[in-house]
Amino acid sequence: MDSQWPTSKKGNKGMKRFRFNQQEIVFAVFALLFLVFSIFLNGFLTAENMLTLLQNVAVLGILGLAMAIVVIGRGIDISLIAALAVPPGLVLQMVQNGHSLPFSLLIAVLLTIAFGLVNGWLIAYAEVPSLFATLATGLLLAGLGQAALFQLDVVQWSPGMDGFERLGQGAILGIPTSIVMFAIACLVVAFLLRQTRWGAYIYAIGDNPYAARVTGIPSRPIIVLQYVIAALIGCFAGLVMAASVNSMPTRVFNSTLIYDVILVVVLGGIGLSGGRGGVLNVIIGTLLIGTMLNGMTIMDISYAGQNLIKGMVLLLAVITDSFLNPRNEETAQQGDI
Amino acid sequence: MRDTITSLRYRYWPDHLLGEILSKRWTETAIPVILLLIVGFAFSRSIDNFLSPASLADTARQAGEIGFIGLGLALVVIVGGIDLSVGSIFALTDFCALYLLDVAGWPVPAVVVATLLCGAMLGAVNGLLVGYLRLRAFITTLITLIIYRSAYDLLIQRYSNAIASAFPDIPSWDFIGAGSVFGIPTVALAYIVVAIFGHIFMTRLRPGWHITAIGGSRRSAYNSGIPVRRTIALCYVASGALTSIGALFFASRLGTVGGDIGVGLEVIVLTATVLGGITLGGGKGSVAKSAVGVLIVLLITNGLTTMNARGGVNRMALAGILLVAAMVDIRWQKNRTRIISKVYVAPTYHELPPPPPTEIGQGGPFEQNDKLRNVEAIGLGRIEAPEDVILDRHDNLYAGSRHGDIMRFLAPDYQTMEVFAHIGGQPLGMAFDRDDNLYVCIGGMGLYRIKPDGTVEKATDETNRSMRSVNDDSRLRLADDLDITDDGLIFFSEATVRYEMDEWPIDGLEARGNGRIISYDTKTGATRTELRGLKFPNGICVASDGQSILFAETFGCSIKRYWFAGPKKGAVEVVMDNLPGYPDNINLASDGNYWLALVGMRSPSLDLAWKMPGFRRRMAKRVPVDEWLFPNINTGCVVKFNEQGKIVESFWDLHGENHPMITSMREHRGYLYLGGILNNRIGRYKLDNADPNFVQYDKRWGKQS
Repeated sequence: MDSQWPTSKKGNKGMKRFRFNQQEIVFAVFALLFLVFSIFLNGFLTAENMLTLLQNVAVLGILGLAMAIVVIGRGIDISLIAALAVPPGLVLQMVQNGHSLPFSLLIAVLLTIAFGLVNGWLIAYAEVPSLFATLATGLLLAGLGQAALFQLDVVQWSPGMDGFERLGQGAILGIPTSIVMFAIACLVVAFLLRQTRWGAYIYAIGDNPYAARVTGIPSRPIIVLQYVIAALIGCFAGLVMAASVNSMPTRVFNSTLIYDVILVVVLGGIGLSGGRGGVLNVIIGTLLIGTMLNGMTIMDISYAGQNLIKGMVLLLAVITDSFLNPRNEETAQQGDI
Repeated sequence: MRDTITSLRYRYWPDHLLGEILSKRWTETAIPVILLLIVGFAFSRSIDNFLSPASLADTARQAGEIGFIGLGLALVVIVGGIDLSVGSIFALTDFCALYLLDVAGWPVPAVVVATLLCGAMLGAVNGLLVGYLRLRAFITTLITLIIYRSAYDLLIQRYSNAIASAFPDIPSWDFIGAGSVFGIPTVALAYIVVAIFGHIFMTRLRPGWHITAIGGSRRSAYNSGIPVRRTIALCYVASGALTSIGALFFASRLGTVGGDIGVGLEVIVLTATVLGGITLGGGKGSVAKSAVGVLIVLLITNGLTTMNARGGVNRMALAGILLVAAMVDIRWQKNRTRIISKVYVAPTYHELPPPPPTEIGQGGPFEQNDKLRNVEAIGLGRIEAPEDVILDRHDNLYAGSRHGDIMRFLAPDYQTMEVFAHIGGQPLGMAFDRDDNLYVCIGGMGLYRIKPDGTVEKATDETNRSMRSVNDDSRLRLADDLDITDDGLIFFSEATVRYEMDEWPIDGLEARGNGRIISYDTKTGATRTELRGLKFPNGICVASDGQSILFAETFGCSIKRYWFAGPKKGAVEVVMDNLPGYPDNINLASDGNYWLALVGMRSPSLDLAWKMPGFRRRMAKRVPVDEWLFPNINTGCVVKFNEQGKIVESFWDLHGENHPMITSMREHRGYLYLGGILNNRIGRYKLDNADPNFVQYDKRWGKQS
């Protein structure tokens, strides 16, 4: 014991310093990219573009927070975009059909909670791998929206929604509202993860699910909670998005937005093997991806080309992640695919 | 009256089949097949022309194309991964084929080869990342899905017009897409050929076994020397290549490069794979499962499309099926053993009359005494579990041990103990042949022969498969005791065909006739099942007439005689029944009578429980194994009986100190040697009035030098 103790302690220290470096590297890359874009791209460093960038980044960042919670608990939620698109779309559709806004919001939130519960139940109790379960439930919810809820692919704004657009437009104290929303979401999630017992449980489960269960942590309910919170945050992101563009393009589900979200989380330094990272990582990741996407748009790279580049970057990020945070073979499950 | 009904119900209703069928691996394929039949039937009733030849041919073409992708994905899932990029690979290879044919103007064979290569290359990227760099399969192939898809989008932006405007008129190309042989579409034919090869590959060839092994346990596969990384990588390559075959047929059938080709294909194929019963996480799956899954999913999606369902409905249906199938599969894989072990034990009705008395003062042949009290112990604490003991012509003593050895105690004082032969399984009954070869029944292994110099040879470990049994009963599960006739025919008992050796008490709980008697001809090497349906046949002894054997049915509490030669050949006759205990080994005595060991005594509670099968089944389902009612094997005795089945004498260790547990005994030169499967000693008892020169095999076959 005596001989092992110092070495393991030293190992921990080394790891910590290294992880701190990763954050710094990502931040440095962001700064460099920002600088390069500012110098070489016309129209990048304009007030108008900065506003667009920040607004786009806000939704992505909020989604990143949702994903972060799940990834820290050693899961992944591919169905986030469905939660982003369908419940807010439902709000718009219901208001369009003559229901009151609060009632519509209530129904949407209930739908979101139910969706989160289904996800959580499948993963925690039926023990379906999270990637797989959320892939299918995402399709299920999107299919439901397409088949039963919406009349058109893009759900339009209706007069009954007036006033609600302030969630995504305008500014509070000179800061664009969507950014404020992102900041609020960051604070809430940071509080949840760092200050509450549930947050500590999520880290414990992500670090070693078996040990967590043996310790007496109610891992299954906590896992369900993770997915419910993630779905709620996703719904919130959708509301902000709908408010900022005055409509809900539900086809966003077919886009590659979910990969951007994974990119945010992985690049930000939240290891996919769970138990690591926090809100700060999401912010850094969001800034980097936001800058990258904005720069590519200004450079007029086609949608397919952007996807190609994003895919490559994501692949690099995942490879790097697998080296920096190798999977723990002791706790990796057979079905962990 | 009630007993009669119970007995009839348990005699004719095959309770034991459920557990045996469930433990078969084909039941996991049977469920999707039944589902397929139901789906096919439902749609053929609700949709007109669903089963018309034209519709079927169309379905077959689609099924062939998706089937190829399904085969690839099945391979990857069995090896423990997943490949989501198949949809994009499909699109890219479709483009590749059409570009080479229409724009570059390559000849058809070159196009085919190049397309396959292209698919294999795209798969190789996945293989490299997942196999060698050990990335997570799901996330990695999700990323390659986007990369390949955006590459495809970029390519068709540039070339779609050129491809769309070309109308190649090449017969061989059209034959790939639209031709048929004997009415079967080419693609279906090709699929069948590849599927048959795939089945042989997965079940009969080494690489296929490697793939299943890696999926079952990656670490164990690595430790046993399988090239894990390479095999996984090659599976992804194969997946890419198989997908490109599907794309090739698709390209030749439709010849288009639309923007949505292959979009969402991975979900369809994944649903098919999981629905077919290929376990996510690997290790289990077959070609048949993949084919059945593809057919079900295709019928459902086509049926929904025909019924004009909205796109969302189709999507929901697929996702719903996927989830339910995955859930059922995961729960079943997790609880399979538990469910089977719960339903496997199928007790049956077994009635015995009240046993004859054994208490002192009650009289009768089984009256207890204390003759074995001062039995001498050989090898005390040095030997474990000598089920049977035997002595050779030179008075050396042999006994089996729990560690899979045959131990030898050297005459005359039996103090020196040595390992005579190492076999590896628990030795049970033993017998010498004329040439001093020692034949041994090994639990779980079969019948083995040990030459006088100690070399071990397998005599037999399988017999003919019976047509009506569900369990494969060709392998010997629990060979128990044997004897050798004067003609060199070995009769040996197999106690049960339903349980392993360590589960033998459960067979007693079941009290079904699960055992059999098998013969092995030392001259021809042929093995044949002689008698079936015996209740735990145990000891076997060739009778003095040389035409029949005596055998004990442990849980039948009886001794029976079976004629293998002579005028009554084939007949079975009861010699003794309703014994007060469970008979074990039988051996010859010096005075022409027979020794019989009673391994344990009956108890009123188990006798009663044997008449209540429902009670025992509830017990097996609800109570943990170590609290089940089991036959007692702690106290027993040795009896001597004559040819007519009358007990002559009995030997007990009343105080249970020296030798209470007896499974076998062997008389030799005026002594009786006792073995017991739970003992740490061999007993030696001095017989009064016994022939001091009796050597079993000398007496039967004459003295040899």
